[in-house]
Amino acid sequence: MVETLVLIEHDRHCVKRPSLHGITLARQLGGEYALLVLGQGLDEIAASLVSYGASAVVVADDPALTEPLADRYATVIAEAARKRDSRTVLGTSSTFSKDVLPRAAALLDVPMVTDVLAIEEKNGSTSYRRPVNAGSMLATVKLETDRRVLTARATAFEAPAADAAACPIERFEFDVASLPNGMEFISRDQRISGRPDLTEAAVVVCGGRPLKDKETFERLVGGLADGLGGAVGATRAAVDAGMAPNDYQVGQTGKVIAPQLYIGIGISGAIQHLAGIKDSRVIVAINKDPDAPIFQVATIGDLHQIVPQFIDALRRG
Amino acid sequence: MKIVVPFKSVADPNDATVAGAAASAPKSLINPFDEIAIEEALRIRERGDAAEIVGVTIGAPAVDEQIRAALAMGVDRAIRIDDSRALDPYAVARILRALIEKETPHVVIMGKQAVDDDSNQVGQMLAALLHWPQATFVSKIEFLENKRRARCTRETDGGLEVVAIELPAIITTDLRLNEPRYVSLPGLMRARRKPIEILTCDELRVAVRPLTTVLSIASPPKRAAGTRVDSVEELIAKLKQEAKVL
Repeated sequence: MVETLVLIEHDRHCVKRPSLHGITLARQLGGEYALLVLGQGLDEIAASLVSYGASAVVVADDPALTEPLADRYATVIAEAARKRDSRTVLGTSSTFSKDVLPRAAALLDVPMVTDVLAIEEKNGSTSYRRPVNAGSMLATVKLETDRRVLTARATAFEAPAADAAACPIERFEFDVASLPNGMEFISRDQRISGRPDLTEAAVVVCGGRPLKDKETFERLVGGLADGLGGAVGATRAAVDAGMAPNDYQVGQTGKVIAPQLYIGIGISGAIQHLAGIKDSRVIVAINKDPDAPIFQVATIGDLHQIVPQFIDALRRG
Repeated sequence: MKIVVPFKSVADPNDATVAGAAASAPKSLINPFDEIAIEEALRIRERGDAAEIVGVTIGAPAVDEQIRAALAMGVDRAIRIDDSRALDPYAVARILRALIEKETPHVVIMGKQAVDDDSNQVGQMLAALLHWPQATFVSKIEFLENKRRARCTRETDGGLEVVAIELPAIITTDLRLNEPRYVSLPGLMRARRKPIEILTCDELRVAVRPLTTVLSIASPPKRAAGTRVDSVEELIAKLKQEAKVL
């Protein structure tokens, strides 16, 4: 039986929802699929994964894997794929999967396709559609090998239903002593936000450079997002100007989002930013410049007047 | 310390909106993330932590223009691996491995992705092939313990993360590591006298065949044109009644 091994991402407490979307691609590939989680103390996380129709939840649970260090993680992922004879190793695009999976691909001596949007089977061969040039073009590629590593764009695949009978949880045993030891985790900045995760939110409000400063950004972009129960994002220019933290950046080199409603405030729409939002269902732009490229995909005037009115209107209900 | 910076020549992304129209050949430049890698190597040398910076690229003689630009920024010498095939990231990583084994640098700094292909694979694959540690998407580099280790700040989806990696290692750059300098006229003059070594895969004893073929490249479907609304009330009404997202 041909198997796909799907790498699932978590934050130690729960599974990161977008990483489940890769399961939908695994179903399209056909054959069986197993879910792979790495870390330490994974009982609850593994238990939350048993109903996604996988043949097994494979758990690599060890103190050596407490932090997602690429050298160790890639080694364990490649070893699991080899032992299970998995034809495909698959993840959902994120900084985690992009750090770890290309390394696993090279260890497995197989090529990799990043950011798969769709697959097509024709005459027994699979082709993959993926964005290139900041998503301004779509490439269709094929691989010369059966074995492969893929990452799926979460926004291009639906969330899978968790309605299957519970599958077994299997411990993956590996030789801890032979793991690489050249990387050490030092720290992570733990910023707690009461807002939904940018890549999971149904509504995202993004701000650009004209917001001018951190306070205005928070008052207008943050205020509108809170009024709508949405997440906050930013353009590279707004991040570079210190108005928002780095991980708020949306675009070619930041996060790719596809909410039901995207609202861009003071965003003209550089292709690098549009690359991260173009699959949003409804795009609203609030901008003074009627020639801004974002209006090709969107709907208005001066943000300093409109956004406060918008926030007020939402408060009134 | 010796630093190798692999870099790729890409079509100017600001021309990319017309790419595919195949009109005049778009202007080429050093992949912006690789330019950040070159700048970082220069800053490391300028603060006395590196003695030599070697730039490496793969391509036909046409990429010599970008090699001159790298040399003009301040790279000490450059190597072009003469291969004009359409290579995939894994092929590039295998070719670079052979070169790195020959050059034996203490650190390799390169862009996290090329802005044309957006694959984000080569650095991680190269690290795997060399069995070296890696720090990807890096926005800050400091050397520790007499340059036996590097402390790197990484930009991740969840925020900033700091790792310490043993050298030799691969570091891939993110946008906020630095802002690359402009090429100066004296830099350009000096670049003319700097050596460009040409190597072939045969000379590096590496036989690779790309395993990825690009079948076609097309424009994505266009979204319907937007409409303009005159007031917040109208916008909210449309979002509620037509789009049903509020």
